[in-house]
Amino acid sequence: MSAIDRVNAARANNRPTSIDYITKIFGDSFFELHGDRRFGDDKAIVSGIARLNGLPVTVIGIEKGRNLNERMERNFGMAHPEGYRKALRLMKQAEKFRRPVICFVDTSGAYCGIGAEERGQGQAIAENLMEMMTLKTPILSILIGEGGSGGALALAVADEVWMLENAVYSVISPEGCASILWKDAAKTAEASECLKMTSQDLFSLGVIERIIREPKDLDSKLFDGLKNLISQTVRKKLEQPVDTLLDNRYNRFRRLGQDFVTQDDAPTDTE
Amino acid sequence: MFTPDIFNFMKPKNELEKQGEWLETHPYVPDELWVKCPSCKNMLLTSDLEDNMKVCSKCGHHFRINARYRINITVDDGTFEEMDSELTSKNILDFPDYSQKLQKAKISSCENESVICGTAEIDRSRTVICVMDSSFMMGSMGTVTGEKITRAFEYATENSLPVIVFAVSGGARMQEGILSLMQMAKTSGAVKRHSDKGLLYITVLTDPTTGGVTASFAMEGDIILSEPKALIGFAGPRVIEQTIRQKLPKDFQTAEFVLEKGFIDAVVSRKDMKKTLSELLKLHEKEGNR
Ligand SMILES: [Zn+2]
Repeated sequence: MSAIDRVNAARANNRPTSIDYITKIFGDSFFELHGDRRFGDDKAIVSGIARLNGLPVTVIGIEKGRNLNERMERNFGMAHPEGYRKALRLMKQAEKFRRPVICFVDTSGAYCGIGAEERGQGQAIAENLMEMMTLKTPILSILIGEGGSGGALALAVADEVWMLENAVYSVISPEGCASILWKDAAKTAEASECLKMTSQDLFSLGVIERIIREPKDLDSKLFDGLKNLISQTVRKKLEQPVDTLLDNRYNRFRRLGQDFVTQDDAPTDTE
Repeated sequence: MFTPDIFNFMKPKNELEKQGEWLETHPYVPDELWVKCPSCKNMLLTSDLEDNMKVCSKCGHHFRINARYRINITVDDGTFEEMDSELTSKNILDFPDYSQKLQKAKISSCENESVICGTAEIDRSRTVICVMDSSFMMGSMGTVTGEKITRAFEYATENSLPVIVFAVSGGARMQEGILSLMQMAKTSGAVKRHSDKGLLYITVLTDPTTGGVTASFAMEGDIILSEPKALIGFAGPRVIEQTIRQKLPKDFQTAEFVLEKGFIDAVVSRKDMKKTLSELLKLHEKEGNR
């Protein structure tokens, strides 16, 4: 599959959304919690508490909606600042009760609009990045479809980040990249190759820990397997001393982007 | 407040003009003597503009300035000691044309990266200072930008120093793909560790501060200042207009707008910046330190 095929698969209308994952993995135990206590309740973010094989967990997902009506209601999975603030509120709550946080990420990006700017989209994302880095409870983020830039990262500062095989994760959409760099939307396929945005690319770059193989149709086999994998992983992380957990989380990001040169050895770099 | 000899450290103005940022902010190629203010359209004597910290004497328009100039007008003479100046990006993803773009950016900006970091004194208060440069690929954040800022924060944390960041950025550098996005998390982590040690972080947003820089360290200061009329936002105005299919209000995303919405602490003019920073630094020094 080429990169653009993956992009299309990640965006496909029939692809399971966060609500599907939440329903299949946590079942009736999921209790939704609403609102950021500041402005409102952003329906692009679905969040709450649930049980995972008995263990209480906090679950946060970006929800695109499963049909046109839902998609409109969910703003196509593009969150406003209050969505990111709702997520942070729930993460702080999880920290208080030392519940692991499990995030499902699926967004083309944080919403770009007047209200979003007025209410501090940049500040909301920035605060999540900062606070998640030292949140004293395990965080696991799973990219299930699209991982669009800062709007995805705001739920993906985690101890481990996983990707579904056909999920994508990028600093900019291939369309945006093609139109900025080449002023040519027709070069989207080329841009998606260049951006190295597939799960395999990200694994090779050391940005994610795990690729979740996708069966032909995403069936219960996937969800059962994923459920056990999540359960094992967060239980293991819960056993770690908090200092170790946070040092590892810091270093996980600290080591990314060390592949630079110093001006002096630039011409003879042999890597 | 500023002695004239500060200006002796400035690069000669012809060299500044060659650096591209001048041309970029200024649609008309200036001749030797005169520059047209893009805001009020008055013709200004180039030498007057230089003497006035590149602020239009007629309307107060703040011209974009490069990082070295910024450092010269902000810190005490001869106190700036640069860190990690030799670090420079390579084309990690083999992105088309990126190597050439990097080369061009280095030549036009005379810098190795879009940020310059170091230690300096401001009215004798020691601080770590990071200044971004719009003439280097529009201040975009690549892995080295993130690395330098992270190192600067780690140094400040280790040595119990405050940090001042002058931000100017078009956002993340797409030619470095996901690794440039990761710099948002990396720098935020370093800011948080610095903050948790009880240390002061001041950000100064300058025109324009957008994208991944706004959504990370630029908005994470204990105190956030901005130059007048600077464009500050997450999404660029054109992206928003395309999304919502309508024109934006005139002063949308200016420093003054963001101040009114509650996201920055104060708008400070260039000529008052050094004094303001100096006072804020001193307010956070322990009594008896001075
Ligand atoms: Zn003017």
